[in-house]
Order: sequence, then structure tokens, then C-alpha cells
Amino acid sequence: MTAPWPARSGTGLSWPHLLPLHQGHSGRQAGWRKLQALKLCLLPKPRAAEMEARGGACGGSAPAPEAPSDSARPFGVASDEEPSGGPGSQESCGPPRADEEVQGALPGPEEGAPTHLGVHELSGQTSLDKKYNRGTKDSGKPGKMSGTGDTSQRGDLPTPGPRDDEDVTAEGWRSRRKHVFVLSEAGKPIYSRYGNEEALSATMGVMMALVSFIQSGDNAIRSIYSDDRTLVFLQQGPLVLVAVSRTPQSAAQLRCELLGVHAQIVSVLTRAGVARVFERQRSYDLRRLLAGSERILDSLLDGAEREPGFLLGAVRCLPLPAPFRDSLGALLQRATAPSLAFSILAAGRHLVTAAQERAVLEDCRLDPADLHLLLNLVGASSAFRAGEVWAPVCLPRFNPDGFFYAYVSYLGDNTDYAICLVLLSTDREAFHALAGCKRIVEEGLQALGASRVLAGGGVGLPSYGVSAVGAPDLRHFLYKPFDVPDNYRQLPQFTSPEMEGPYASECERQRLFDLYYHLHGRLHSPSRPLRLIYHVAEKETLLAWVTPKFELYACFNPLVTKSGAIHAVTKLLRWVKREEDRLFIRYPPKYSTAPVRHGPNRTDSALENGL
Amino acid sequence: MALVEGNTQPESASQQPYVFKVVLLGSSSVGKSSLAFRLIKNDFKDILPTLGCAFFTQMMELDGSALKLEIWDTAGQEKYHSVCHLYFRGANAAILVYDIADKDSFHRAQNWWKELENEFQPEEIVVILVGNKTDLEDSREVTLEEGKAFAESKKLLFVETSAKLNYQVTEAFIAVARELLRREEQNGGQSRQRSPPVDLKETARARKVKCCQD
Ligand SMILES: Nc1nc2c(ncn2[C@@H]2O[C@H](COP(=O)(O)OP(=O)(O)OP(=O)(O)O)[C@@H](O)[C@H]2O)c(=O)[nH]1
Ligand SMILES: [Mg+2]
Repeated sequence: MTAPWPARSGTGLSWPHLLPLHQGHSGRQAGWRKLQALKLCLLPKPRAAEMEARGGACGGSAPAPEAPSDSARPFGVASDEEPSGGPGSQESCGPPRADEEVQGALPGPEEGAPTHLGVHELSGQTSLDKKYNRGTKDSGKPGKMSGTGDTSQRGDLPTPGPRDDEDVTAEGWRSRRKHVFVLSEAGKPIYSRYGNEEALSATMGVMMALVSFIQSGDNAIRSIYSDDRTLVFLQQGPLVLVAVSRTPQSAAQLRCELLGVHAQIVSVLTRAGVARVFERQRSYDLRRLLAGSERILDSLLDGAEREPGFLLGAVRCLPLPAPFRDSLGALLQRATAPSLAFSILAAGRHLVTAAQERAVLEDCRLDPADLHLLLNLVGASSAFRAGEVWAPVCLPRFNPDGFFYAYVSYLGDNTDYAICLVLLSTDREAFHALAGCKRIVEEGLQALGASRVLAGGGVGLPSYGVSAVGAPDLRHFLYKPFDVPDNYRQLPQFTSPEMEGPYASECERQRLFDLYYHLHGRLHSPSRPLRLIYHVAEKETLLAWVTPKFELYACFNPLVTKSGAIHAVTKLLRWVKREEDRLFIRYPPKYSTAPVRHGPNRTDSALENGL
Repeated sequence: MALVEGNTQPESASQQPYVFKVVLLGSSSVGKSSLAFRLIKNDFKDILPTLGCAFFTQMMELDGSALKLEIWDTAGQEKYHSVCHLYFRGANAAILVYDIADKDSFHRAQNWWKELENEFQPEEIVVILVGNKTDLEDSREVTLEEGKAFAESKKLLFVETSAKLNYQVTEAFIAVARELLRREEQNGGQSRQRSPPVDLKETARARKVKCCQD
């Protein structure tokens, strides 16, 4: 069994708890019937067949005690109005604090453990189980959906069919790990990660009914927890985004992901552009404007599942010898044109180097979230690597209402090295000037013998294995430093070795990621952040640690002792220190270009683009 | 005639090549990028909708003359329409693409023709109407005759292609190139473009007011 999953009886839905609310508002019967319908659509059926197996594998863990705030708040719905952090706050509906519960029963920190051990957890079970067990306490109508056993096993996903062709009534659709929906305030479907939006219009209508129902009481719905699913709602302007997830991601993490989806939509249309079409016509079908962008959103969500950069809010750099990276930076500094604001060299989702215009930098450094969106957009749409692309793109963190003009070109041949040059200009007519910049970069790369360095001897892009660290117990890690020089202007970065050994397979990789997500969620829990977690899982032991200098997630073999793990971490930190010039962009290059001639705005306004 | 790989200049043509700007226009997913991909890489694969616009150059040798086609593959998606106007300024040729299995795309191609008509004098631009995806014969919605009739009524070149099966793709581009050359010779080569062909800046600036209206 790959991950402990809740063993529980009954459905424990939090939905029925909404009932009193409804009773308080007469004339909502129709809405309630819709909710019932939604429940049928979305909520899982009890998995009688799986339950026993799970119970065994969970290692006889005691049922999680209920946090007092939970029983005081039977509604699984958290509202915006709650004071954050207090009892009954939004996140108190999230995973219970396992550390708290387990702590008393455990010896204190071992001698020799780092002194900054904030909270200590030693548990053979992830607290996911507890989270999902929460629902047990009292379902209004227990076992109401029994008899319809869910045959699909967690982990073996139905193979995805071509986009939109998936039958939304099928079990396979329902048992997806995570659904993401985007709808308009009028309840019109805009996007669904799986299946055709059209076929989902009833479901989305119900979601909207739910959102507006809560809204009518001047509240905002934020999340709903059922026994094995987390629903997160996010309203952004005229758009409503919903995640329905059975992953171990916390509501906060899911909300971040939804924000990312929204930002990607904005990156194509701008916030003002979206607002404007809905101002004109509330029932506008945004899919008309978004047509073709669904797959960009798909690829964003896929990326979030496999690229820790989304989770960490940081960019992964291609490991390169510092002098080589510096000369690439110098090259970007040379290849400038008036109105150029950002120059980025990337390899897939990995950053090679990035330079920024000084005056622009004064305002704002490139945000990692914007860079992810940009690279995702570029990666998903570079149909073939011949040719040069010229397209308006918006960097939502930089300015959600304005466009940059992005010049995108792959350098060399795709059989050679897949380095991509992205230049962002504020001038919509700068194409030829930027094509000139590209020629400078291309020639410069040739002169530097870049293909030799970047192709890593013909085995793909430079990377490293965890064995480079020389800590045998260590299997994998994510390391995000906070202390890069020039930090204020620096792009947050992280480094991580290849997924290899036990994590080479897709399924195991996913499992490790789930563990990282879980630990990250707990470190950054809004209500009770932690600094250190030592987590003994079934197949590995993990350590998550955040200090003012770095954030670290390390995965060890399951037999590692605590002192062995600490030893390995020490070794890892020393190794990173030694290698940091190779692993990170230490001194990001800057340049000055002539200011844009037309208009005071640094970015073109959406209006001007006719959107 | 021969297609020359990539951006390299053909050996035989000692002369500077003629440079022509060619725009691919048509609604989304009719196969504009696929046609360009077929021409340039002689390959076909499922590709995502174009973002904004993609620019390619293709060298050609035709009847002893060297040509450099600067191909602007525009995005058919509605959100990019206003940007598209930028691209067809100064174009020497336009390739209007529709999908023979999609009637609507045929009407859209006709609308594109109207836009071109507003922007250009007939002698300023070579236009070819291309009905793509002939491999989808079973779901054909636009007959060969309909396409041909429209092309003839507007004096456009016309061809049906399949980017997927590599049917008449190069032929379509060659037809355009040949017509461009023919007109060039008629004009005594006055308008032969030798260096960066269009000053996008100037043309676009002059018409900026217009392009911001939509
Ligand atoms: N059967 C068939 N499919 C084709 C042919 N040409 C293109 N396609 C498919 O049609 C779809 C759209 O092709 P694109 O080349 O991206 O279309 P486009 O006109 O560039 O679309 P935009 O960039 O959005 O304007 C792709 O899935 C292609 O595989 C063809 O000749 N036959
Ligand atoms: Mg295209």
C-alpha cells in the first residue's frame, strides 16, 4: 500500500451540516436540492472493500482526537470572516496538529539533535489519516451512500483520454486525484481539468449556487472538508475557481494552486481584460477568449504535481559552473534593445540565467510565480522549436493589467541544446530589434562553446544525483536558500537532485511529492507553523526544516536513525555551501536600456490590445 | 525549384535573394502552423494553438531566382486578432487558410479576405486561399467547388492541401512564390526588397489609431 489512507466507517460528510443554515433561510429549498445533487456528483462513495486493508496498514494508529475547535464547529465550511488563527479559524478545519497529539507520548528531542528543534514529531503515520478521520465524528446520515462501492484504487488512475473526451459521469472521472474548475460568476463553465466543461455545466452551476448562497449572508466560502476530499473555493474578480482534491495538499496549498490557475488566465488575457468582457456581458462565455489556453492550464497543473518550484515559490536553476553562468549573464547584458525589460535564458522549466533592466528592477524583481507562468506558457505553446514567437503576455505579479511583448526563440537546434531565450519588451513593435538581440546571444553562445557545456556530454541538461552529496542515507532533498546575496532583488531559487533510485517511477515520485506537500503544509500551517518536523513514514523518513537561512526537505532511507539523519543533513548543508556558486544564480545581471518612448506605462495596457 | 534548409543562403544564387513577407491567416486550428511546420521541417505533429505570432524564414530557389520567405504564422484565436493587424502590414502575400471539414472556418477566411481588401490594393498583395485537411474527406463541409468559386470570384490563387499527408503543401507556397516573382518582374523589380523588408514601426505607428479601435 502506497500511502496510508483513512480507515473509517460511514461517509462522515460535512455537507449535511449545512442544513441548519438552510433552515435559517427559508426559500432556499431549491438551492438545497442542488446541493444534494452536487453531493452525488462530487462526493466519494465509501470504500468498504478498501477499508480493512487500510486499517491494517495504518499500523494501528489511534484515532485522532478531535480538536476542541472542531467539535465546536460542526460545519465543514470555513468563512472569510473568522479571525485567522483563532479557534474555528479557516485552517483549524485542516489537518489536526499531530505533533501536539503525539508529543506527550514521546521522549523529548534526543541529545545531539539540533537545538532549534521547535516541535518534535515522531510518528509512524502521516497525519493525513487523521485529517480524513475527522469526518468520522458525526455524519448526519451515516452510510447514506453505502452499497455503491468505489472500485477504483487510489494510485492507479484511469488513463487520461484525449482532452474533453472524458466521460464526466464515469467513476474514472470521479476518482481523479484532483479536479480544478473555473467558472464565471454567472455559473458558466470556463475550464475543467478533466472532462468537457460543457458536460459539467450543471455541476458548475451548483458550485456557483453554493458560492452565491454563502455570499448572500455576506460570507465567502473558502473550503469544505469531506472525509477524503478537500474542496477549496476562490473568487478572483468575476471568476470562481474550485479545487476538489484527494491529495494531501492543505487548503492553503490548494488555494495557492488556484491562484496560479487564475494568474495563468490573467497572463493570457490580463485582469482588466477579463473584467472588461464580464462588465460588458455578465454571461459572457470566457471560453471564447480562452480557447486554446486550456492545455496551458493543464500543463500548469501537471507541472505543479511534478515540479517543486510551485510548492516552494522558487525557481530551479540549471547547475552550471559559476564562470560560465556569469559569461551567459554578460551576454544578456550585451544583447539589449530599447524597451527591453527582462531577458531570460531557460531550459524547460529550469532557469539558466535572467537579467533585468535596472529601472524596472527598482520597482519589482521578477517574481518566481510570474516566471513559472511565463515558462509554462512558452513551453506549452512552442509548437516546434523552429521560428521566433512574438506574443503579448502579462506577468500578473508585476502588473496584472498590462502586457509585455514576449520574444521567444530556441537557440541552436533542438537536437543540439534546448535553451530558450525569452525577451520581454514593452514595445509592441520591437520584434526586429529583439530578433537582433537573439542573434547576439546565439553568436555569443557559440563563441562560449555553450552547446558543449549545456548538453552535458550529450546526456541532456546538466543535473546531479543525490550521491554527489556523499551522505548514503540521503535519498532526495529540496533546498531553498534565503541567504543569497543581493537577496532583496534576487529571484527565490531552490535546488534538488534528480529523482532516482526508489523514486524513479512515476508512482513513487508522486508519493514522495505528496509527502513533501504534506510536510510543507505543516511547516507553513497558517494557524500553527512549525520549524522542524522529523517524520517517520512507512517507506522513508523525512525531515523538514525551516530556518531564517533556508528551507529544507530531506528524504532518508527508512532505517536511518535520528542522529544519522542529522549527520546527513549537516553534510548536505556543507555540500550546498560548497556548491552554491554552481547551484544558484548568485549575482543576477542587470542592464540599463533606454526608456520606452510611447506612454508612461511600462507595460502596454490591455485596452490598447483590443482585448 | 528547390527548397533550401533553414536560413542558409543557397549557393547557386550569388545575387541577394528577393525577400517577401508572407502572412498565414485563418481561424484557430485550421492548420496554419501545421502547414508552416510541413514546409519548414517536413513533419507533422499535434501542436498547440499559436501564441500571438510565430516567425519563420524559408529560403527557396525558384526558376533560378533566390527567394527568402519571411513567414508570419498568426494565431487564429480571437484574443489575438487585434495583434494580427500588426503582422499583416507590409505583407507581400497572404495565405488564407480554412479547414475543409469546418464550414465556419471557410466563412472566417472570407472575412479575412474582406479585411485584406480594406488594407491593400489588389496589386499590392498576392492572396492564396488554402483548403486544408483534405485527409478528412469523410467529414468535408466545404466542397472543392465552393472553395474554387470563391477564389475565382476574388481572383485569388486556390489550392487544397493536407499538412498531415503532405499533400500540395509546398505546392501552395511555391504558387505564392511564383506569383510574387511574376509580379516582381512585371514591375521591373522596383519593389524588390533587399534588406529588412518592412519597417514595422513606421507602418504600424501610422495606422495606430486604426488598430486600437477594435
Ligand atoms: N487531419 C488533419 N489534421 C490537421 C491538418 N493540419 C493540421 N491538423 C490538425 O489541426 C489542429 C490544429 O492545427 P494548427 O496547425 O495548430 O492550427 P492553427 O491554424 O495554427 O491554429 P492557431 O494557431 O490556433 O491559429 C492540430 O491538431 C493539427 O494536428 C491536416 O492536414 N489534416
Ligand atoms: Mg498556429
